[in-house]
Amino acid sequence: MIALTAPDQPDRPPHETRPLVLSLSGITKRFGSLVANDAIDLDVRAGEIVALLGENGAGKTTLMSILFGHYVADEGTVHIADAAGQLAPLPGGSAEAALRAGIGMVHQHFALAENLTGFENIVLGTVPLWRLGFGKATARAKVARLMKETGLEADLGVPVGRLSVGEQQRIEILKALYRDVRVLILDEPTAVLTPQEADGLAETVKALSKKGLAVIFISHKLHEVLALCERVVVLRGGAKVADRPTAGADRATLAELMVGREIPPRERAPATLGAPVLRLAGVDVGAPGERDRLEGADLELRGGEIIGIAGVSGNGQGALAALVAGLKAPRNGSCEIVGHAATRADPSARIGAGVGRIPEDRHRDGTIGALSVAENYVLETLAASENQRHGLLRRSAIRARAAQAIRDYDIRCPGPEAPIRALSGGNMQKVVLARVLERAPRLILAHQPTRGLDIGATTDVHRRLLAARGRGAGILLISEDLDELFALSDRIAVIHAGHLSPAMDAAGLDTRTVGLMMAGHSAEEAA
Amino acid sequence: MWAALEILSQANFWAATIRIATPLIFGVLGALLCERAGVLNLGIEGIFVAGAMSGWLAVYLGLPLWGGVLVAALVGALFGLIHGVLTVPLGLSQHVTGIGVTLLATSIAYFGYRVAFPNVGTPPRIDAFPPLDLPLLRDVPFLGPILGQQTAFTLLAFACVIVLALVLARTPLGLALRAVGDNPEAVEAQGLSVVGLRIGAVMAGSALMALGGAFLTLSAFNAFYFGMINGRGWVCIALTVFASWRPGKALLGALLFGALDAYQLRLQTITGGAVPSQIFLMLPYLFSIAALVLLARRADYPRALMKPYFKGQR
Ligand SMILES: Nc1ncnc2c1ncn2[C@@H]1O[C@H](COP(=O)(O)OP(=O)(O)OP(=O)(O)O)[C@@H](O)[C@H]1O
Ligand SMILES: [Mg+2]
Repeated sequence: MIALTAPDQPDRPPHETRPLVLSLSGITKRFGSLVANDAIDLDVRAGEIVALLGENGAGKTTLMSILFGHYVADEGTVHIADAAGQLAPLPGGSAEAALRAGIGMVHQHFALAENLTGFENIVLGTVPLWRLGFGKATARAKVARLMKETGLEADLGVPVGRLSVGEQQRIEILKALYRDVRVLILDEPTAVLTPQEADGLAETVKALSKKGLAVIFISHKLHEVLALCERVVVLRGGAKVADRPTAGADRATLAELMVGREIPPRERAPATLGAPVLRLAGVDVGAPGERDRLEGADLELRGGEIIGIAGVSGNGQGALAALVAGLKAPRNGSCEIVGHAATRADPSARIGAGVGRIPEDRHRDGTIGALSVAENYVLETLAASENQRHGLLRRSAIRARAAQAIRDYDIRCPGPEAPIRALSGGNMQKVVLARVLERAPRLILAHQPTRGLDIGATTDVHRRLLAARGRGAGILLISEDLDELFALSDRIAVIHAGHLSPAMDAAGLDTRTVGLMMAGHSAEEAA
Repeated sequence: MWAALEILSQANFWAATIRIATPLIFGVLGALLCERAGVLNLGIEGIFVAGAMSGWLAVYLGLPLWGGVLVAALVGALFGLIHGVLTVPLGLSQHVTGIGVTLLATSIAYFGYRVAFPNVGTPPRIDAFPPLDLPLLRDVPFLGPILGQQTAFTLLAFACVIVLALVLARTPLGLALRAVGDNPEAVEAQGLSVVGLRIGAVMAGSALMALGGAFLTLSAFNAFYFGMINGRGWVCIALTVFASWRPGKALLGALLFGALDAYQLRLQTITGGAVPSQIFLMLPYLFSIAALVLLARRADYPRALMKPYFKGQR
């Protein structure tokens, strides 16, 4: 968690006297009939950290993409200060112009080439293409210094595609910081970072802002926003509905501004345990040299309980999830899933046995971007009789059920026929969730289920997972968000370097102990 | 049996291997350059024809040999430009466009030839690249005769392998090319032009392909005739997968194919007609198919291959 320092730093000049570096006025962006940004004005001053809040699909990323030149605004202008401090119009639709003007962006959906290493991604485009070399030594030194200053550690020598999302996130941030920017856009940079890393990033951002960097910070984690930002701008349905100082606001006020209504609290009944749905005994997954592997894991998860798996991503969570989802076979040990011995990698058998999977990366493993919401909704049960007859899809039935899910789960989208890639992250996640829960699974694998979700959607996911637990499903919750783990789990196990600790009663644990165990200390040391 | 093995010890066989492989080296390098940037270029077969024809015609009309090489490269780049503009900014189907470019380039080359030589029966010949005369190497046993049968054009192919490997692995440009074939958004977000990089790669790749064609007329057969490309372009597309998009392996694949082709020719003479010659002719192609079957499933295709990129869409 971000250290709770007072948001108003006294050693800085008062807000109004600092020069404007960025001014958006009347920005409007439409996608077909959908108004993603509605006449938005936004001024940002040097050294200021502004939070941009809003529900999933409120238009935050769209606004920032216009600023960074990915999208062209239908109306409105962007002005940015040049080196002398004079505001000048920024030509739209050119990331190159934005970069040249000193804007850096950390993308919500990482803009990384997976076949390049982290280092290569960072230096890509920073050296003119006609040059023969990079000046590798200086570049490496600079990256190393950045990593030290920010505490963002990542393996820079392997192709980015092989890294965990957490590491990819760190590289995405390093990439933006590597260019000396004057305006930094951080689009949900902390969604997959560990608490310590989020702290480190917050410190870095603060230090940079003291030097005059203007920061636009997008996050759904309101405690971070309150600790870090001086001002919040709230979007709702594409329009700006609030622009106020953080001082005097709390989580509840911000949440209400975003959602426009009060958020019901989650309720958690005591667990009623059923039969075991997952039993691991001495299970190894992945080769010994692999980073993301599991070694000698023991675990028993019963129906009606939630076991939280805490850990820094890349420590074996991927292997555990792949095992449960049937994407990888155990190398050693015995693994029993919903009463069936799982010896082979067979995802469809797992689905048949009653395993529901909420994958970590909804874009890569959860949905198929070009297919419609309805098609994605039935993707895992195409063979079921309600979806096909004589091998032909029952289109209208599928569409009707998807439309029902859209209503039940409050999925904001143009309709069941819209391609799913056009949905905002939170709404995409709701489709995945609806797909999983529709089948009333016995075992639910929830891997970072609320990554990137707004507070309303997060509460919603939590309520639905708790409801599934109430119905008797066993839930394996893999998450880096300790708040989430403690809010939902009956028991918590910590994973580090491929080793899974015994599952401990959550009531007897505190975040500090778990945090230390995530860093590799044993339960005894940490207690 | 012994005779079949003995072929491998003939300098002649190895010289033929390299000679057959050279146009393929150019072709595979060209194809992999395009594909690394995310564009499949099925125009290759036609670009081979156009390169063969234009390079030869330029020399026939009086340009020096290297001038012919340059003309072929420029003609290739021009067809690359057509393919690039249609598939990159306009985002047309790369398959369909590529086949279209092949038909267009082949037809133009044949048409140009007919217009230039309405009434000749035997194709006119030119003075082609002479065999290398390497003062010191000439006397090295085995190696001397092998190299002594090659031309400077072959050396250019080997040089291209090294240059392309270095560019892709070591330079900022290579980095950008590899990135644009994997995730164009990443390239765009770093302020580089996706369209520029892709069209540039397709033009350069097509120029290399045209050199493959030009080698045939300027160094191997000394004349241009119809049907001389004979599927070499398609073989290169298959070899690109075999090479897993790496220049070094491209060289290996081309040499393997060349060796098989040279070998089957010699086997035919040994067996002396007991086995139908078509069986032997099939061998190199069987190899290509086998390589594809075995390797293509595991192949690490550039992630954005054949996916058009439109800015501001998700
Ligand atoms: N390229 C596009 N084509 C069609 N619709 C789009 C496109 N980009 C965004 N949208 C739509 O615009 C709206 C705003 O999306 P945006 O990504 O800006 O939301 P967001 O506030 O960043 O949400 P989240 O918190 O989930 O990231 C959404 O309804 C989304 O579906
Ligand atoms: Mg967003």
